[in-house]
Amino acid sequence: MERIPILKMGDFLLVTIQVDLYDQLAENLESDLINTINKYSSKGVLIDISAVSIIDSFMGRILGNIAVMSKIMDAQTVVVGMQPAVAITLVELGLSLNGVISALNVEKGMDLLRAKMYNGDNEEQIYDNDNE
Amino acid sequence: MITTTNKEEVPIIKEQDVVPLRNRVRDYGVKVGMSILNQTKLITATSELVRNLLKYGGGGRVIVEQVSNGRDNGVRVTFIDNGPGIKDIELAMKDGYSTGKSLGLGLPGTKRLVNEFNIQTEVGKGTTVMIIKWKNG
Repeated sequence: MERIPILKMGDFLLVTIQVDLYDQLAENLESDLINTINKYSSKGVLIDISAVSIIDSFMGRILGNIAVMSKIMDAQTVVVGMQPAVAITLVELGLSLNGVISALNVEKGMDLLRAKMYNGDNEEQIYDNDNE
Repeated sequence: MITTTNKEEVPIIKEQDVVPLRNRVRDYGVKVGMSILNQTKLITATSELVRNLLKYGGGGRVIVEQVSNGRDNGVRVTFIDNGPGIKDIELAMKDGYSTGKSLGLGLPGTKRLVNEFNIQTEVGKGTTVMIIKWKNG
């Protein structure tokens, strides 16, 4: 069966979706990811969708599921690289992807994951310091 | 008056048929010179409807056409199944309504993505959904 590879990078998992998704493939990714988070006690998941040219309501829901499930498993999910046309289409379709954290590219996504992991609840404090 | 310049039929039996169909529809979109955004909307709408065709209609066939209304060119996609049909079509077109486990965005969401949307259904006979996306629509 076709599968999307999941790469381990320290505390993080990296998923680059290079093929067009169909329902079964997306469902496999969901369960594979949650199992892999459990296996390596990963703290963060980065999903690169820059090569994905279409996300419909089903795949959007899977992305949302992954974010919620990984959060329950104490891991943060960041989705990066969404194409502008995909973002516009998703919103018009009626899917707002609530709960999914996103970043413009892999680099920014990694920064976001690191910040979330090492700063945790101190984000507010950092913000306060900036104002001084 | 809508004229067809190019037409083909794609049988849809299993989930793996979805990706080639999406690619065919994209080819048609490219052929009429659609923007990336309109292509994406059309393919997303196709993806939603073909899921319904598989899930509720038990498979069927899809007709992809390059059409023109004299002012604009576009792509027409028709989804035909011989499934159980839809009992309450007004309810099915409501945002958030679903008999399955989905979010219920399928039909109303799809309608927002295309320029023309027509659904005909008869209980026990099947459902036919027709969508058109115009190049400049």
